[in-house]
Amino acid sequence: MKQYQISTGEKKFIGSHLLVAILALAVGSLFGPLQAFEHAGWDFYPYLKPFIKSYYQGLTIHGVLNALVWTTFFIMGFLTFNVIFGLKRPLKNIILNKVGFWLMVVGVVAAAIPILANQATVLFTFYPPLKANWAFYVGLTLVVVGSWVEGWGLFMTYIDWRKENPKERTPFIAFASLVTAALWQICTLGVATEILTMLLPWSLGLIAGVDPQLARTYFWFTGHPLVYFWLLPAYISWYAMLPKQAGDGKMFSDSLARLSFWIFLVLSTPLGFHHQYVDPGVPPVWKFIHSMLTFGVFFPSMMTAFTVIASLEHAGRKQGGKGTFAWIAKLKWSDPSVAAQLLAGILFFFGGIGGLANASYNVNLVLHNTAFIPGHFHLTVATAVTLSFMGISYWLLPYLTGKKLWNPKWAVAQAWTWFVGMIIFSNSMHVLGLLGAPRRVPLNLAPYVPAEWNSRLFQVGVGGAILFISGALYLTVMLMTALNKETVTEEVEVPIAEPMQDPALGPEWLDRWAPWIYGSLALIVLVYGPVLFDMIKNIALTSPGFKVW
Amino acid sequence: MSAQKIHVHPFERNWMIFSAIMLVLFATAVSVAAFGMGIQVPGPEQRVDPRTVATDPNSPWSSPGLREIVPGKKYDAYILAHALPTWEYLPKELTVPAGSSVTFYVTSSDVQHGFKIQNTNANFMVIPGQVSKLTIKFSKPGIYNYICTEYCGVGHGVMYGSITVTP
Repeated sequence: MKQYQISTGEKKFIGSHLLVAILALAVGSLFGPLQAFEHAGWDFYPYLKPFIKSYYQGLTIHGVLNALVWTTFFIMGFLTFNVIFGLKRPLKNIILNKVGFWLMVVGVVAAAIPILANQATVLFTFYPPLKANWAFYVGLTLVVVGSWVEGWGLFMTYIDWRKENPKERTPFIAFASLVTAALWQICTLGVATEILTMLLPWSLGLIAGVDPQLARTYFWFTGHPLVYFWLLPAYISWYAMLPKQAGDGKMFSDSLARLSFWIFLVLSTPLGFHHQYVDPGVPPVWKFIHSMLTFGVFFPSMMTAFTVIASLEHAGRKQGGKGTFAWIAKLKWSDPSVAAQLLAGILFFFGGIGGLANASYNVNLVLHNTAFIPGHFHLTVATAVTLSFMGISYWLLPYLTGKKLWNPKWAVAQAWTWFVGMIIFSNSMHVLGLLGAPRRVPLNLAPYVPAEWNSRLFQVGVGGAILFISGALYLTVMLMTALNKETVTEEVEVPIAEPMQDPALGPEWLDRWAPWIYGSLALIVLVYGPVLFDMIKNIALTSPGFKVW
Repeated sequence: MSAQKIHVHPFERNWMIFSAIMLVLFATAVSVAAFGMGIQVPGPEQRVDPRTVATDPNSPWSSPGLREIVPGKKYDAYILAHALPTWEYLPKELTVPAGSSVTFYVTSSDVQHGFKIQNTNANFMVIPGQVSKLTIKFSKPGIYNYICTEYCGVGHGVMYGSITVTP
């Protein structure tokens, strides 16, 4: 059976997302290892002085490019692909999507200029009253608005499909991608409000001061669901693509997969205070409520773990795998896309456990802003998400360009080096955090570092070195594939794991949007409304800006 | 069509029940620690004006330092964090006898900072305009560094102070 063909123009459009994403990763990942090397005592920053003024400027570049630009561009490209391919129809209005894309590109450039000029060394959380050049805030706004516009293009395409297919179940990859895009539209209202009502007018000199506590609250309204915006596209691949790639497996439970996406939509936003447990201006009772909701959003991740592993087991047994665990060896580990995503999933298990510790209200007193936190999110966004996206690109780039993947063995080696490097890096960061090491500090220069941290700091550097090699392997494979003269003999097959039971047999309410959207908004109003109302009522714009870098 | 139910495999049902029980256990543990054992997180204390908090003679942070409430037992510590003119806490050093409980009142006169006392549960944000309050009992003699845990400019990594707990 021949698969649906997406148009050449759309392939180019999706490919341009990939291009920007990978360029951002290339530059951003240059600085990751530099931070790690500094910890181990191999400080390269003094040699970079003519271009990069400080460790913190490097850290800003690393955070903004890797956590914000690489992810957002890859995700918007992947979601666009999923909607087109899933619904088997072209974008309703590709011009609209292109406008969104170019807004995002202009935004990245606008933000990059002050960052590179050391005028926005505010890290990727840009907490005021650290005051960056106005172009930084304009750039961030354009990236968010551009991603909204692209989302609208996807929704319009879906609405047309729905009109023509009123009774059908939305195909899973399109459904899950639309939920992810909807989540993004809702949750970015926080950071949009922060920038448009405070940071931008302040950086332009229109208002004299900001309220830092309110700004943090707006930021974390977006900050945690941002994590799910990163993660859900990886989940889409794990649910509905990876089992097929790993051995012709099927998706174990279509209905529960859909239910878990709805729970993510409803629960991802109303729990941002778990990033603010130790903020003085947020009442503890609301922090506690948000902590309970954070435990709630762990539930759909547990459901995901079951369905994904069951689907992989189906694939393993189909390939002749036996025993309780022996089937794992039968999965197609030689396929770099499979190896990368399986390894990403394994490390995500530990990322999830660490996340529960962070979320645990008073346990957070021990962990807040220690090295445990970057240790944690390098397992989640930098591995579960990033390594999965790398795995996806190993089939997506050949699919989009018609070029054969260059040297798949190197790509497999890339996945394993990332896995090993991240275990060493992340484990030592977690331990350092428990010993009390703060995050965001060039620890080699810090005057209070006890000798017992040294062996761990050395391991951070070793992990960083292995990750540097892995990143270089990835970029080489991507570049050589793009330049490859060898083309694919037949169109690359899009891996789709069909559900074991017909989705049409699942309940209809799993395909209804209104109750979930309204439910999500209602819960946000309920658990954010009173605190935000109070904070806005008592707003004190008393903090002038500071450029202390 | 409306009577359709989600088909759930028995293994999957058991897994979901297991997950739910785990989460209830975690939530219970956290709640007992918070409300039974009193391990609490900071909450709203008072608002200040960061522009004048260090200079206004009526502000306790214009003369930061230790206030003895009950000699040898109970102290209040008013601590000012700042990045300008240089990255430091005022005061940089405190001395209390072992067994004393110290209530910290920390604020910032410029950007956001952190305040974490090593080897204790004290760890909180310092946000301009807000006052962070937490009480810690120092039972064991020794030196406890307090370090900045939030990026506050190029001097962030050298910003710290220390508490000496005397026997």
